[in-house]
Amino acid sequence: MFSEISLHILDIVENSIKAGGDFIEIKIQVHTDTKRLTVETRDNGCGMNEEQLAACENPFFTSRTTRKVGLGIPFLKQSAECTGGSFSIRSKVGEGTALRAEYLTNHIDCIPLGDINATVFSLVIMNGNLDFYYLYQVDDRQFVLDTRQIREMVGGIPFDTPEISAFIKDFLQENKQEVDNGKLF
Amino acid sequence: MKSLEELKAIREKMQGQVGLRSEDSDNIRVVVGMATCGIASGARPVLTTLVDEVQKRNLSNVSVTQTGCIGLCQYEPIVEVMEPGKDKITYIKMTPEKAVEVLDQHLVRGQIVEKYTLNSEKL
Repeated sequence: MFSEISLHILDIVENSIKAGGDFIEIKIQVHTDTKRLTVETRDNGCGMNEEQLAACENPFFTSRTTRKVGLGIPFLKQSAECTGGSFSIRSKVGEGTALRAEYLTNHIDCIPLGDINATVFSLVIMNGNLDFYYLYQVDDRQFVLDTRQIREMVGGIPFDTPEISAFIKDFLQENKQEVDNGKLF
Repeated sequence: MKSLEELKAIREKMQGQVGLRSEDSDNIRVVVGMATCGIASGARPVLTTLVDEVQKRNLSNVSVTQTGCIGLCQYEPIVEVMEPGKDKITYIKMTPEKAVEVLDQHLVRGQIVEKYTLNSEKL
């Protein structure tokens, strides 16, 4: 099991990257009144057929060949459902995969969101050839990091050059702070 | 809210400098395993530390990348160092602190930190 929801997100988005698309959406929405935190991811990768989709929640199913277990999706599902929340996944071959996990944040078994900035930062920096749309919302406040906009602003400069990656790190930190006032979920 | 406007200034400052990252033959590749096993054992801070330190020291001949499961889940977090013309070195059970040591000793000075390698582990 993971100790942070943000580690689940990093893990699950690695699936999206391997699915070979070029655009990945990550949305995190916190509703403090209903004590809910939802995570949604969506990619335009190769998708799964019905058989794979039905099997992917089973820890003994994987598309990988290095070993016989695939724990990413079962872990995420378990971590959400054990808080009284929910998990769902949709996929279509050739179109992509979308998943949604909902956590009840006041449940004793709910793990914290954790260092979501580190997750988004490493995904964006390590995959400069892909585009990401990241939304972080707490009640009615939100911010978006859209690498398509950044790409347009910087021209051909790679995201892993020190100046650009420092900017992305600061952008995530400052805007998250403004959205949640440093409150931990 | 921090806006993307600052990027304009960065872009202007960097005009003409693009392409400084050397793609020549002495490029060192550092690969961090980032599958479920790696992430669960602490690969994310290892990765972000390596990225930060490489940039801080301006090691333009080092590129940090990630990979999936290497198949040695019990030894995660794993960091592989690949230098052209040399055997691949596999560092196991990494932490951010050990990663900095590897960076200082191996990537900067060329000295393999034997005590953290897979070879030194009694299999």
